[in-house]
Amino acid sequence: MQITGAQALVKSLEMEGVEVVFGMPGGAILPVYDPMLDTSIRHILVRHEQGAGHAAEGYAHATGRPGVAIVTSGPAATNIVTALADAYMDSIPLVVITGQVARPYIGTDAFQESDTTGITMGVTKHNWLVTDPNDIPEVVAAAFYIATTGRPGPVLIDLPKDVSNAMMEWHWPESVDELDLPGYHPATTVDQDIIEQAVDLICNSERPVMYVGGGVIKSNASDELLELAEMTGIPVVTTLMARSAFPSAHPLSLGMPGMHGNYTAVTAMQRSDLLISLGARFDDRVTGRVDAFAPEAKVIHVDIDPAELGKIRRPDVAICGDCKPVIEELIHGLKRRDVSGGIDDGNYRVTSRRDISPWLSTIHGWQERYPLIYHQSKEGELLKPQMVIETLRELTPDDTILVTGVGQHQMWASMFWKFKMPRTFVTSGGLGTMGFAVPAAIGAKVGHPERMVWAIDGDGCFQMTAQELVTAAAEGIPVKIAILNNAYLGMVRQWQELFYDERYSEVYLSPDLPDYVKWAEAMGCVGMRVDSPNDVAPVIEKANSIDDRPVVIDFRTDAFEKVYPMVPAGASNDDIILFPGQEEYASGVKEAGSSDSMADSKDEAGASGAGITEAGEGKVESR
Amino acid sequence: MKAATGMEHLHIISVLVENKSGVLARVAGLFSRRGFNIYSLAVAPTDDKRFSRITAVVDLDSAPLEQIIMQLDKLINVVSINELAPSDAIEAELLLATVKSDNDIRGQIIQLVGVFEGKIVDVGIASLTVMLAGHPSKLDDFEELIRPYGIVDIQRTGRVALSRL
Repeated sequence: MQITGAQALVKSLEMEGVEVVFGMPGGAILPVYDPMLDTSIRHILVRHEQGAGHAAEGYAHATGRPGVAIVTSGPAATNIVTALADAYMDSIPLVVITGQVARPYIGTDAFQESDTTGITMGVTKHNWLVTDPNDIPEVVAAAFYIATTGRPGPVLIDLPKDVSNAMMEWHWPESVDELDLPGYHPATTVDQDIIEQAVDLICNSERPVMYVGGGVIKSNASDELLELAEMTGIPVVTTLMARSAFPSAHPLSLGMPGMHGNYTAVTAMQRSDLLISLGARFDDRVTGRVDAFAPEAKVIHVDIDPAELGKIRRPDVAICGDCKPVIEELIHGLKRRDVSGGIDDGNYRVTSRRDISPWLSTIHGWQERYPLIYHQSKEGELLKPQMVIETLRELTPDDTILVTGVGQHQMWASMFWKFKMPRTFVTSGGLGTMGFAVPAAIGAKVGHPERMVWAIDGDGCFQMTAQELVTAAAEGIPVKIAILNNAYLGMVRQWQELFYDERYSEVYLSPDLPDYVKWAEAMGCVGMRVDSPNDVAPVIEKANSIDDRPVVIDFRTDAFEKVYPMVPAGASNDDIILFPGQEEYASGVKEAGSSDSMADSKDEAGASGAGITEAGEGKVESR
Repeated sequence: MKAATGMEHLHIISVLVENKSGVLARVAGLFSRRGFNIYSLAVAPTDDKRFSRITAVVDLDSAPLEQIIMQLDKLINVVSINELAPSDAIEAELLLATVKSDNDIRGQIIQLVGVFEGKIVDVGIASLTVMLAGHPSKLDDFEELIRPYGIVDIQRTGRVALSRL
């Protein structure tokens, strides 16, 4: 059957089971948009190509399936580079198809020509410039195979216009074995000896911590992680990319580590004698100064990417493999030895494993002394962003997907949201892409139309990609956006306050310019504004009741609020800065010495306007 | 002065890659993006036309060898990588040099080329072009000895290497 290259591309996407693509047409990709009229694949027309990329990422985050975007050449291709870089850093499976000028024009500085494969080489797992229409099926099949296997990541196919227009004989590779990929062999099996070595370390550790990263989410290994944690009683920290991998309310959940991690998660890692790193990569935002990070800890490092093993920290046991089967192997290995010490003692008998209960009580002491806290706003003051996030969580279903941009609001969301199910947190981690939230929320909602999708966004972030709400309104994608509007580039302001002597340089944005309510309405959304604490819950409930349009809420929040705890960039995690006044709070707990008295001290704090919530324990105290 | 090729932080890696356009750019791009330094680089087809071999000498002051190899291995077009320890490798390089050679010293240079088993490949009125192949350290020695005569131009290929049998 003779068909055009463009038809072959669309047919190949159908063969891969693609249900939706995000994109925008243009000159060089025109041939591909003609057969798009005849396919069952849904096309969502974005308003900017960066939005197509982030929407595809949001879809992939939320569903685990690869996100697909189609854009034209030149400026469209460069516009989607940010999304590729974001997906590359966070290991998100993405297949991006770009148009390219016709083959005879390549290299001539033709209209809308850019060296797309050259530009994206460093931010993709692999890319292709297709020079023969007969290659299209194999290239598409290889693209999906590479994007979704091993360490997932973005790939790009650059398709010259004349290749799209040329005729080819349709065929489809029966299996990946037919693909010509002699250099691609993602990790498959794990050596039993190495599992035994890891089990030895676990049995001999007295202060173990599980350091869980995004790999556990990608591997769909949350159930296995929960089993391993409950079987062994080993506490769990979840990085920004893994916040939804383990239930926040679980007694073994310590919360988020790192620069804005809570005291217990940070300090448990620092004092640990064994870090069991599962799909995490020792990012600088987690380790702080590397040579001062968890100095006494041995390390079991599980990662599907062999290049991560030893890149930052030399592991004592390196396991190259997918988290899910590796965790299963660890569970089997531990069961074979009949050891536990876990909280579910009824099922397992402790034989030779070291007792970790002193460690767990030390950790529990930290949790009591150093919970995440903030002060409630006084009469007439602006809203506290933490309070907005906590209220939002209380009023939304368990399976709500939370999406964020990047900055203070992201850190507060990660700290104060109670995660209950995997793949319910969609955020930009490694690249730290402001403007991620709105388009990513659209992608997540397209992937899970039956679920509620809320974006918590900053005012600075929102202004970067808000135009995609037009896409959402036009396509009937009812996402909900909570702007924590403090009228500042908040995180930059925080750094200028703390590290640049309060010399605020180019961080003020204004709360009223733009008018977010009018802007939302102009984009076909419902716009609402909240500036009183009493209105927070009712307005959220109203937003939850709207399901035919996107909703934007402009929450007027306090610009003086800072993200604490904080480890300054480049400092040791031992030098963690607590919430101001927390030391006094902690010493009050110490003197009182019992949980009843602790409640008293909370009441006192409440009288002076302090709100208190447990770090990662899910005990939201009354305030 | 110690010759550069004798430095201990240099390692040879032999990288078998798919013979496709842009592969060298991927390898070179990875080196620069990850902050690794390439000391020398040679690329040529192999007996199998699907593959080419890149012989790279890398400067290990910039990164651990293991990390360089792991990152290279992640490139889809990289088929296999061998680290060639100097003791386990046959190394060779080619040198072309144009040397000033007035009549009175021409004989000395020709003699030197003879000792090193090189060849005179071009002769001018006041200069000679010589060719020498061999182990890079031999080329270093030769280069040092001809330098006093006045080198007009010199070009070396970068080393190629194979494992010892």
